[in-house]
Amino acid sequence: MRIAFILSEVGSGLRRNLSMVISVVLVTFISLTFVGAAGLLQLQISQMKGYWYDRVQVAVFLCVDNSMSPTCAAGPVTAEQRASIRALLEGENLSRYVSAVEYESQDDALGHFQDQFANSPIVESVTADQLPESFRVSLVDAEKYGIIDEAFSSLPGVDVVSDQRELLEKVFSVMNRASLGALLVAGVMTLCAVLLIATTIRLSAFSRRRETGIMGLVGASKAVIQLPFVLEGVIAAVGGALLASGTLWLSSDFLITWLSRLYPETAFISAQQVLLLLPVLILLAALLAGVSSLLALRRYVKV
Amino acid sequence: MIRFDNVTKIYDQKSRPALHSVSLEVNRSEFVFLVGASGSGKSTFLRLVLKEDTASRGAVHVAGRNVADIPGWRVPRLRRGIGVVFQDFRLLPNKTAFANVAFAMQVTGKSRTVIRETVPDVLRIVGLEGKGNRMPHELSGGEQQRVAIARAIVNKPAILLADEPTGNLDPTTSMGIMNILEHVNRNGTTVVMATHDNTIVNSLRKRVVELQHGRVVRDEAQGIYVGEIRAAAG
Repeated sequence: MRIAFILSEVGSGLRRNLSMVISVVLVTFISLTFVGAAGLLQLQISQMKGYWYDRVQVAVFLCVDNSMSPTCAAGPVTAEQRASIRALLEGENLSRYVSAVEYESQDDALGHFQDQFANSPIVESVTADQLPESFRVSLVDAEKYGIIDEAFSSLPGVDVVSDQRELLEKVFSVMNRASLGALLVAGVMTLCAVLLIATTIRLSAFSRRRETGIMGLVGASKAVIQLPFVLEGVIAAVGGALLASGTLWLSSDFLITWLSRLYPETAFISAQQVLLLLPVLILLAALLAGVSSLLALRRYVKV
Repeated sequence: MIRFDNVTKIYDQKSRPALHSVSLEVNRSEFVFLVGASGSGKSTFLRLVLKEDTASRGAVHVAGRNVADIPGWRVPRLRRGIGVVFQDFRLLPNKTAFANVAFAMQVTGKSRTVIRETVPDVLRIVGLEGKGNRMPHELSGGEQQRVAIARAIVNKPAILLADEPTGNLDPTTSMGIMNILEHVNRNGTTVVMATHDNTIVNSLRKRVVELQHGRVVRDEAQGIYVGEIRAAAG
């Protein structure tokens, strides 16, 4: 009976306060959409890191005719230099760090280049002797790039040691900044949502002070008096969270499908991962609304 | 049932106390009129019984317990044992008479079956048989007060507090309300009624406690009230 009574009180509260409830729903919707977007971006970043860090290699470029670095002063790499670099890479000392070494000749390099820039007119003007040959080194731990750099960049015949991770880091930092921006907007919007919920609940309690006064007189417990108001806030916020969840689900589904067609090589987060985030958003909404409603009521509904 | 031991209530340090060293005992099933001019402390007395306020000094005992010892979360339980009626009825305007009475049972968790059985009985006791589905604005003042009394007694409280229940009613209607309160009292409920309606007090010949400036100035077993004259003289 008491549950039915509380629910009917919640219903009448929501109906009486409809415009405020709608504004709570909308503000929560927007704020949680941003929270969710920031979360999804972070998921995507860690997904890409996991995927790429396994694949990135350290490239040890060897000297060609027009190399500028001091180690190339003697001209293009010689066969002995190449052999000693390979021996060092595959040797005992580095075996702890290096998982695989591939040699890319100038012809291989031209082949990759032509694949990569298939649609560009530049392809026709590039010849194999302009491109450096290189050793592609896969590391056991991608963080240990420094060891390879230290060991090889001063060896004669080595032009430059480059870490592909540097390129990725740039991409990740852009994504990180975007997710930070989303989080910032989410923070401001969430603050708005919390304040709006508190105001709405206060208003609702004020407009029903007659009822709550009588409830107190006939001996209703604090929980029975306050619960309808708290539930009102929670229901409105969860409504907003559901809208945010739907929006995030649909837009991420669309984006992931679209992007993975554009970039089939890239690992995108899966639909399941998006689904896992949504209950977190709904819980967050319920928690925020519950706490802010309770705090708002502390001063306005006394027993 | 209700015992005040040297109770003083000060709302504001600068003005005189609302109640000043009041000692008083109301026994089970007693009917007591609390009389006195406005501001004499009648309402404060009732508020202290309900623990809407706490005494500044002294102890208030209700049903054998010092209310100061009742923790906040137990106060609702105390109030379930006390019915209250006000001068302004305090009905919910958007609920029928039946729903207003049922409200008191709903919030204390009574089952729907019990409510459906009890409320019509109580409405009959207060003389509102068949008027359960009227809205408050469709009822006369006297009838609204009957609904309020029905709401106050529906949970079968041991104590009924009435704060000027006839203050807004004409003499004939007031007597009807008094009949109901007497009926409630005869069934064993302790009734404390604050009033300054001397006609009512004089015709019922119950115990009269008179307050003046927060002090008990008279406590008579079958008293009368000549409040206005006494106040003017004193």
